[in-house]
Amino acid sequence: MSASRLTRSAITLDPLLAEVAGDERGGTCVFVGTVRNGPDEAGVVAIEYSAYPEMAEAELERILAEAHAAHPGARAAACHRLGDIPVGDASVAVVAAAPHRDAAFAACRFVIEEIKRRLPVWKKERRVDGTTAWLDSSGRPVPADEVPR
Amino acid sequence: MAGPRHGHDGRGTVTFQSPVRATVRVRFFARYAELLGRAEADVEVPMPATVHDVVRRVRDAFPGGAALPERPLAAVNLTHVRFDAPVRAGDEVALLPPMAGG
Repeated sequence: MSASRLTRSAITLDPLLAEVAGDERGGTCVFVGTVRNGPDEAGVVAIEYSAYPEMAEAELERILAEAHAAHPGARAAACHRLGDIPVGDASVAVVAAAPHRDAAFAACRFVIEEIKRRLPVWKKERRVDGTTAWLDSSGRPVPADEVPR
Repeated sequence: MAGPRHGHDGRGTVTFQSPVRATVRVRFFARYAELLGRAEADVEVPMPATVHDVVRRVRDAFPGGAALPERPLAAVNLTHVRFDAPVRAGDEVALLPPMAGG
């Protein structure tokens, strides 16, 4: 069984790679999401990630189980970091291994997309000028009067 | 509220049913916690109740509650649910801003 899927420390890939390794799995796909300060961002220093931790753990286990069911022979593992994460550091990592690369890529893609869609995790951007903003799943600031659905 | 009602359960047994109110624990996260100035609250609703009833009660009864969306995403006992999902006494109902993980 895996350790916690959530961490407040820097993400390390080795435990995730070890979790999915197997003699019969010849392809391993790794996705790492990092905190960004690109031309579309307004001087981001860090992103503060918060979560509903009990549910995030449970939901991530459900997502991994669904990946295994959808891609027989594949094994996937993932870790999400919480707390204040500086630009350039990883916020999330997904690894998936399968007998062949197609299933490894597909399982990895499935897990990160479901994380973005379903995991109860939220991010608040901290900027150089001291301002903050809640972000949506695409990394865009959420308008103050936003009403979902 | 009306007094106790009684009826038959279909097996010949007379059952008594009182109007029941139940308390659920409601948790708020991220922007919603900021809007309400709190992370959780115990909320009493008449049974049977749904997530919708709990949200309506929060929006009506808590300072800042009216700033919540009318139909936020919700979870009951750590699982995503539809807005019309039933809630029971002791359930943990979470109101979730749009997901932003990754």
